[in-house]
Amino acid sequence: MIKAKFKVAHQTPQSNNFSLDIDISIPSQGITAIFGHSGSGKTTLLRCIAGLEKSVVGHLEVSQQIWQSESFCLKTYKRPIGYVFQEASLFEHLTADENLTFAMKRAEHEVSKAHYEKIVSVLGIQTILTRYPSELSGGERQRVAIARALLVQPKILLMDEPLASLDNARKKEILPYLERLQASFDIPILYVSHSLDEVARLADHVVVLEAGSVKAQGELSKIFSTLEYSSYFEQGTGVIIKGSVVEKDQTWHLMKVSFAGGELWLSDNSEKIGEEVRVRILAKDVSLALSNHSDSSIANRFQGEVVEIAKEEGSPIVLVRLKVGNEYVIARLTGKSLASLGLSEGAHCWAQIKSVAIVH
Amino acid sequence: MSFSQADLAAIWLTIKLASTVTLLLLLIGTPIAWWLARTSSKWKGPIAAIVALPLVLPPTVIGFYLLVAMGPNGAVGQFTQSIGIGTLPFTFWGLVIASIFYSMPFVVQPIQNAIEALGERPIEAAATLRAGPWDTFFNVVLPLAKPGFITAAILGFAHTVGEFGVVLMIGGNIPGETQVISVQIYEHVEAMEYGQAHALSALMIAFSFIVLLALYGFQRKGKIHALSVK
Repeated sequence: MIKAKFKVAHQTPQSNNFSLDIDISIPSQGITAIFGHSGSGKTTLLRCIAGLEKSVVGHLEVSQQIWQSESFCLKTYKRPIGYVFQEASLFEHLTADENLTFAMKRAEHEVSKAHYEKIVSVLGIQTILTRYPSELSGGERQRVAIARALLVQPKILLMDEPLASLDNARKKEILPYLERLQASFDIPILYVSHSLDEVARLADHVVVLEAGSVKAQGELSKIFSTLEYSSYFEQGTGVIIKGSVVEKDQTWHLMKVSFAGGELWLSDNSEKIGEEVRVRILAKDVSLALSNHSDSSIANRFQGEVVEIAKEEGSPIVLVRLKVGNEYVIARLTGKSLASLGLSEGAHCWAQIKSVAIVH
Repeated sequence: MSFSQADLAAIWLTIKLASTVTLLLLLIGTPIAWWLARTSSKWKGPIAAIVALPLVLPPTVIGFYLLVAMGPNGAVGQFTQSIGIGTLPFTFWGLVIASIFYSMPFVVQPIQNAIEALGERPIEAAATLRAGPWDTFFNVVLPLAKPGFITAAILGFAHTVGEFGVVLMIGGNIPGETQVISVQIYEHVEAMEYGQAHALSALMIAFSFIVLLALYGFQRKGKIHALSVK
């Protein structure tokens, strides 16, 4: 468990009167996303955990070890962390491999050859090790930087928007490597991001920051299926559901995913049968009907019970949360449609899901 | 072109003085430059101004106050006498100390600029890779800011070679002790020995030209490298 409590008050020309005041607990397993819009303090929080931020009052405990208290502050270079900056920040005077060696020489415990090779192969950087950072692409640099951070053998890996400085093609190139990190190395990751897509795809746990304070924290699927935070996610409002592939339809290139609320058909993304997948159903892709329209083009239909309705003052839009089996689905519709359907909490209706995105 | 025994002694003394001063200035100037580049203290302005003073002051002013301070009645003079090394004016080490003040901005500023250009990021990255402050300085900052350090060394050396006013005030004209090239040239001219003055002056021009050529050539190369790194 990582317990962090920080108070920071900055007065800089860029962000007048920025302040951070947070108290969070993060499980020391899996990927925890620190999500927020720019200026919400997510990078500052990460820098506080790394000890990079100066004049911070706080208390930080990582796996029962105190890193910072009122009277004590462990220097950054004595904290067992790995840090990946937004820009790769490789040492330009060293080759990729020398950058890795820099980390290995300073690791707390000796890095075995096998561990080194595993890291290099998981990140797919075998062939570029002899090059200087100036000869690498943005994506390659970031992969070397991640490998370098892992080679100091950290107890926790801190990543500050590692994809933000890359274009979409490079992002797609790196995401699979990030997913493999968690599977290959059993190390907790704190992942700062302002991208809902990345968070939906990678995180197990989320901390939502707004204007320097914690708006929500908890399990990813719980946070995303709660209407309370939906205004914050805007167009990205929607649920994330975990399921597994159970059947494939070769003729139509579809696959069936079974989850706690039923079964979904979605386009075959070349996953294997039995594989765990994570799908995201956006509220704007869900419509509601009082009966089951089997004559519709929509294949994914579920009966559910309305458990919560959220109206926004002065807006035509309402969000409806349905319980489908043991999962939830959120639908986004106008207040007028809701009134004409006559739905209220406790009512039963059918959710028609126009599209499902596989995120993992 | 031939040099007399005294000329050769002056050349040797100049090289010895400039080398000693450059070495000491790199040792003293680096921490000052490091501090100036990274501090947000309110003292940054005043300290930077003090370091830069020799750029605008007549050398005679610096020489005069150092002469007073290091003289028998000055604070520094009292101290040096009390530890039994006499007074420093009109000695080689007096010249060294005066030159350190005089050439300080030429060493501090290039190093400061180089460290500022580097930014905090490599230093922070090194800290997250468990490198302590000394480790970071020698293995990250020094290699990355090397062009700045080389520029500083070249400028510090060349500027010390070219000083005259401070030497005259604090060192006088003692052969083998404080009689450097610039003073020796003055001496030759006073004695109407234009031929010998020519020889030494031409040597200085050649030396200065080569140094500046090397410096600009080096900076151009550095820039190309810096660009390719981006």
